[in-house]
Amino acid sequence: MSSVLYDTPGPRAKVRNVLYTVGFLVVLGAALYWVLRTLGDAGELEADKWSPFFTDSRVWTTFLLPGLVNTLKAAALAMAIALPLGAVLGIARLSDHAWVRSTAGAIVEFFRAIPVLLLMVFANEAYAMWTNVDSDVRPLYAVVTGLVLYNASVLAEVVRAGILSLPRGQTDAAQAIGMRKWQVMTFVLLPQAVTAMLPAIVSQLVVIVKDTALGGAVLGFSELLRQGDLITVNYSNPIAAYLFVGVLFIVLNFALTSGASWLERRIRQGRKSSGAVLGTEQLEELENVGPEPVTERGGQTDRT
Amino acid sequence: MFDFLDSPQYNLLGAFWLTVQLTVFSGIGALVWGTVLAGMRVSPVPVMRAFGTAYVNVVRNTPLTLIIVFTSLGLYNSLGITLGAEGDIESINFRLAVLGLAAYTATFVCEALRSGINTVGLGQAEAARALGLSFFQVLWSIVLPQAFRSVVAPLANVLIALTKNTTVAAAIGVAEAALLMKEMIENESDAILLVFAVFAFGFIVLTLPTGLVLGWLSKRVAVKR
Amino acid sequence: MRFRKTGAAVAAALALAVSATACGGDSGSDDTITIGIKFDQPGLGLKTPDGAYEGFDVDVATYVAKELGYEAEDIEWKQSPSPERENLLSRGDVDMIAATYSITDERKEKVSFAGPYLIAHQDLLIRSDETAITDASDLNDKNLCSVGGSTSAQNVKNELAPEAELQEFDTYSKCLDGLSKGTVDALTTDDAILAGYAAQENYEGQFKLAGLSLSDENYGIGLKKGDTEMQEKVNAALEKMVEDGSWKEAVDKHFGPAGYDPGEAPEITEKS
Repeated sequence: MSSVLYDTPGPRAKVRNVLYTVGFLVVLGAALYWVLRTLGDAGELEADKWSPFFTDSRVWTTFLLPGLVNTLKAAALAMAIALPLGAVLGIARLSDHAWVRSTAGAIVEFFRAIPVLLLMVFANEAYAMWTNVDSDVRPLYAVVTGLVLYNASVLAEVVRAGILSLPRGQTDAAQAIGMRKWQVMTFVLLPQAVTAMLPAIVSQLVVIVKDTALGGAVLGFSELLRQGDLITVNYSNPIAAYLFVGVLFIVLNFALTSGASWLERRIRQGRKSSGAVLGTEQLEELENVGPEPVTERGGQTDRT
Repeated sequence: MFDFLDSPQYNLLGAFWLTVQLTVFSGIGALVWGTVLAGMRVSPVPVMRAFGTAYVNVVRNTPLTLIIVFTSLGLYNSLGITLGAEGDIESINFRLAVLGLAAYTATFVCEALRSGINTVGLGQAEAARALGLSFFQVLWSIVLPQAFRSVVAPLANVLIALTKNTTVAAAIGVAEAALLMKEMIENESDAILLVFAVFAFGFIVLTLPTGLVLGWLSKRVAVKR
Repeated sequence: MRFRKTGAAVAAALALAVSATACGGDSGSDDTITIGIKFDQPGLGLKTPDGAYEGFDVDVATYVAKELGYEAEDIEWKQSPSPERENLLSRGDVDMIAATYSITDERKEKVSFAGPYLIAHQDLLIRSDETAITDASDLNDKNLCSVGGSTSAQNVKNELAPEAELQEFDTYSKCLDGLSKGTVDALTTDDAILAGYAAQENYEGQFKLAGLSLSDENYGIGLKKGDTEMQEKVNAALEKMVEDGSWKEAVDKHFGPAGYDPGEAPEITEKS
């Protein structure tokens, strides 16, 4: 698309682009130089603030890695619960029964309108007051609860939009071969909707990973960012500590996005190749999933 | 039971007013900076494209809490950036929070706009180029106006998310709704449900009309094709 | 079939997470004692890179536990954030709490205390070269930093220096960064806590206590409400700790580097 916005550069445009490039780099370089210099003056670049991350493995084993594990734990739990719950809510909003539609709609709109931070704080208080959840895992439960309530609502909208975007013919055809309502939904519409909305779903998963950090800030849940705080208490190096924590989050989310686009490509590929001829890829999967017949996407494959 | 709502100890309206201000200012900032980023990402200069892509990928994948804390510890403490509010901590924190929220939200504005640019017909840009317009003119006068009209709905979602994200500003002591809620929960521990209901209601009042108004607007201004 | 694969992966991750969290809560057994401390307060209760815990609260708790018949390795340390302390005790998640826990009448309605074992005072931490702050009222045109909503912050804001600019963070270490770089002029909370920060290696010599006793905070050991038998035992242990000099030793070790002297050991007041 971008190439449509401008012509292939001629001699003058080439010169101009070079000028822009140089000018932009100079501004960027100057800003970077100023930042580094000021940081240096403030003593933030001294070796003893940064060396712990390279020479002291305890920083990783005591603080960063356990924090990363907690972040992953909370995010994985929230994803695993929010995805199916979101699918159910999304389908419920398309139900034929008005009361199901409106109840699901009210739930979704309510939790979508409230900041996830408020949900976490409240979940934590609620668990403390009315349940017997052990205090060791209470922050985890609260974080996961807040994330699930919010993200299930968002995912419900994603799933709903995905289903609505499918051609009407899909439903008609499925009904024509005698499928029941739930069969149409689970075998025909949902699998296609989820595939179509995969990018949106993945960006929501990235949101989940990032939002675990809220739990550290407000509930003391010892996730990655919170562990960064403990590092600064021991080494007095907030800039360095938060930079490393930030890099870890970015790498994690980048891996998640890349993995998802790889998955998406595979699903798209699988769609093109018909079920008539099994590629090696599919044969491989046959071994993994057991004796059920492999058919083109559709069969009893969806367990979301 | 409701008596604490109009206790002078808690300035509920003031806290929500600060939430609104945070939203409006960082919303404007995010719109401007996000448009610039989108322009960079489709520009003919490879370095700018690379910068735009790198910025979006880095900032979008960083937790907002970290960005907000960084504006205070990094920009203010270490670099001495006060954004023109020297000596007044309350204003400095507010402005830093606006900066952090705008820098973060701009990445979402940028991505929404980019998909909006993709919906503008090829012929539009081609015709504009045939008239001899430069890249900047094509983008500013022809493509962006149409792109904006097609992304009102996604931008509305970004704005709603921003409204809720302002709660993170509590991390650096901006006295908006979330900070007040924490205080109230600590002091009024026997009325937690009520406290939660009050704040939930406040945010629903803020976000629902945004969604409705902008949803209506998006249908009105949509480019008919 | 592709979904089955991802589904299986998600299920595996879920199972992993659940099993990892399920084995967290065995605090009630007899051969160990669970003690609540702070994890992020240098000088009082701090988790070090070794994964060990150090500080005055930790030493006091270790001594008391020893008197109760528990060796150091039988102690299970548990993080006790300030707002959680009453909950942890009343639900039996911890056997006792030594976490900068001030004895107040309000708290005594929910928990019992033993001690006190230290009397702290609200004070200010300022830069070593600071001469303009000698009294709380000097704060009026200064930048003051504290943890959001803490009583120390409210005390200054409402009573001592209403004109002071108050910066609120969620941790004191963020305040400390501002103090070292000059964006805040003073950090306020209990002097024992401040001393721990001032004594940190990386900040050595940079900060000093202003030496104002703005309030009295009697640090006690929090116990389950009404457990008088435990209270007596803990009190006896604290008295013994003072008598055999271990108390003084711990004070010198953790507060000495900051030049902070909490004075003589306080009289035990919390008796049944």
